[in-house]
Amino acid sequence: MSDELKFDFQSIDYDFIDEDKAVFKTEKGINADVVREISKIKNEPEWMLEYRLKSLEHFLNQPLPSWGVDLSNMDFGDYTYYSRPSHDKTDKWEEVPETIKDTFDKLGIPEAEQHFLAGVSTQYESEVVYHNMLDEVKEKGVIFLDIDSGLRECPEIFKKYFDTVIPYHDNKFSALNGAVWSGGSFIYVPPGVTLEKPLQSYFRINSERMAQFERTLIIVDKGSDIHYVEGCTAPSYQKDSLHAGVVEIVVLEGAKCRYTTIQNWSKNIYNLVTQRAKVYKNGSMEWVDGNIGSLATMKYPTCVLAEEGAKGTCITIAVADEGQILDSGSKMIHLAPNTSSQIISKSISRCGGKVNYRGMVQHGKNAYNSKSKVECDTLILDQLSTSDTVPINIMRNNDSIIEHEATVSKVSEEQLFYLMSRGLTQAQATEMIVMGFIEPFSKELPMEYAVELNQLLKLDFGDQGIG
Amino acid sequence: MSKLKIKNLHVNVGDKEILKGIDLEIHSGEIHAIMGPNGNGKSTLLSAIMGHPKYSITEGSITLDDQDVLSMSVDERSRAGIFLGMQYPQEIPGVTNSDFLKSALNARLEKPLSVFQFIKKLDKNIEELQMNENLAHRYLNEGFSGGEKKRNEILQMKLLQPQFALLDEIDSGLDVDALRIVAEAINSMRSDDFSCVMVSHYERLFELVQPTHVHVLIQGKIVTTGGYDLIEKIDQEGYDWLKELGVVLEEEQDQQPIILGSCARKVVE
Repeated sequence: MSDELKFDFQSIDYDFIDEDKAVFKTEKGINADVVREISKIKNEPEWMLEYRLKSLEHFLNQPLPSWGVDLSNMDFGDYTYYSRPSHDKTDKWEEVPETIKDTFDKLGIPEAEQHFLAGVSTQYESEVVYHNMLDEVKEKGVIFLDIDSGLRECPEIFKKYFDTVIPYHDNKFSALNGAVWSGGSFIYVPPGVTLEKPLQSYFRINSERMAQFERTLIIVDKGSDIHYVEGCTAPSYQKDSLHAGVVEIVVLEGAKCRYTTIQNWSKNIYNLVTQRAKVYKNGSMEWVDGNIGSLATMKYPTCVLAEEGAKGTCITIAVADEGQILDSGSKMIHLAPNTSSQIISKSISRCGGKVNYRGMVQHGKNAYNSKSKVECDTLILDQLSTSDTVPINIMRNNDSIIEHEATVSKVSEEQLFYLMSRGLTQAQATEMIVMGFIEPFSKELPMEYAVELNQLLKLDFGDQGIG
Repeated sequence: MSKLKIKNLHVNVGDKEILKGIDLEIHSGEIHAIMGPNGNGKSTLLSAIMGHPKYSITEGSITLDDQDVLSMSVDERSRAGIFLGMQYPQEIPGVTNSDFLKSALNARLEKPLSVFQFIKKLDKNIEELQMNENLAHRYLNEGFSGGEKKRNEILQMKLLQPQFALLDEIDSGLDVDALRIVAEAINSMRSDDFSCVMVSHYERLFELVQPTHVHVLIQGKIVTTGGYDLIEKIDQEGYDWLKELGVVLEEEQDQQPIILGSCARKVVE
């Protein structure tokens, strides 16, 4: 990380809780009436209601996954599936309600926007309340809307791509999302547009037992190039919360998309996310995926390399602390010749946390002359913590290459001694080694995110050393 | 004027006693050379002064003026002015040299250096040591040649300005030119506020950085102490003459290196 990132950064307490000012909430629990109500409030077309209902049916009939994290403690009847905090969206910062604004202020959103961001679409509870775009983005014809507006204002593009990358019946949680989705971003980038600055959205759960089911649909048309950044921080609550988002990305011929996210859900949230991109001829998709928070995470950003020359990359880190199980990784599905993919995974577990890498690389029978490289490194900081690596490599042709490397290590006594002999405390030395370990990830982040990540990990590692 | 005082120091690694009662006093302004055959405890002595966790002190004391060094953590010893230039400097992937050096410097300053002050200081020292400019941006010791690692240790010493520098085979891996540069750097630090303990097998370093005191460490004890003439004698005659002084020299036992691959299969002899 470069020098300028190390300026003093005021400590932020992410566990503040605002008074709950929701204007409307559905009853707890999920059934067809709740789904109809959501669709009605949103004034959706009939086809979307039907879509929600068939998703619901699939969700109800589907058993919990038999692999990954044990989810048997979840009580689907005890969540609120829809909640809307204020009446209308607004384009002006001044018009955002005070309590919500306070939260954003604490998170530094407006400053962030001024310096680095091309547009902010910030989801607070289930609706986008603040939405803004820089002129550059508008001028270039990029559509960056909250997802509800996307459905309303761009029905044709929406219907053409929605559910095509991740069908509702893909898994239990994509089905749940299909039934009750609310909020999220809709982005359409017309052909031949390159955005210099990243587009950004910020998500935050703020209501106890309020489930958040954001849905994001991004279409990058031929030859375009964008970077979308999504961040999550959520305050702590006592009851379990659920986050089951779906992110669908379509990367058309010769286009490039990078999707960067760092989730820092509070440590009582089930984070069960489906993220997948479909990449067409010579297109390129990059997932930059950080997982720090949540009680349990199951998340495997995926690239389906559908046409010749498509490229997929995933750089992912996971840091599991006490009581956390982070089960993450990536999937690369090669369906066409001359496709390539790379997965770099960095996992850290400490204080009894459990961090797993679970990934899949599949080269189909048409994916000849394709290449994949998987690198997963794990750092285990104490005796209590654990990690498993579960890679699946499937090769269905005789003419492509999958490389896999994995390391598991602990912070070595010799490294600590070396750094401490130069005057760094044990905590500082540990932090430095950990920061170095995740450097391949953090160097990919926009500067501001790198600073925030740095800060989050400092709070985590700061005072407790390596136990 | 400061004094580092080592009294009757006994050090174990596991159950094995390596140092068997070392007495040594180092005053600021002095340069001490410690010589002796391999495996007799020279590196152990330096690492134990710095506080390496592998070594347990079973008896004796180390004091820096009136401070009890043994009760200090490794980083406290560093901040108190002790520095160890290591024989095998560690590689820390992902951490740039400049980030590391800045943190190390700031760890001992009340008010952190500004980025500008730091870069100026760093550049000056890099130039003096004739190191590659890109060094600051490379990861700490990662992929460094043996000589680069050693020069990097000296760079750290120059930046941190310790009162007591312990240099463990700082000359190994250095070519003639690099050795001269390193020696000049050490000499440039010589002052009434600086002292140094050097471990080396080669006379060449001591020719360039002339010690004021020379000790021979054999089987965990300092068996003789003298001036520069002792180095010349050892260079010409080796250590055998020490037998006349009643010192028992043990033939060095080559330790079998542990090869990772051999753990997994049964070795049939």
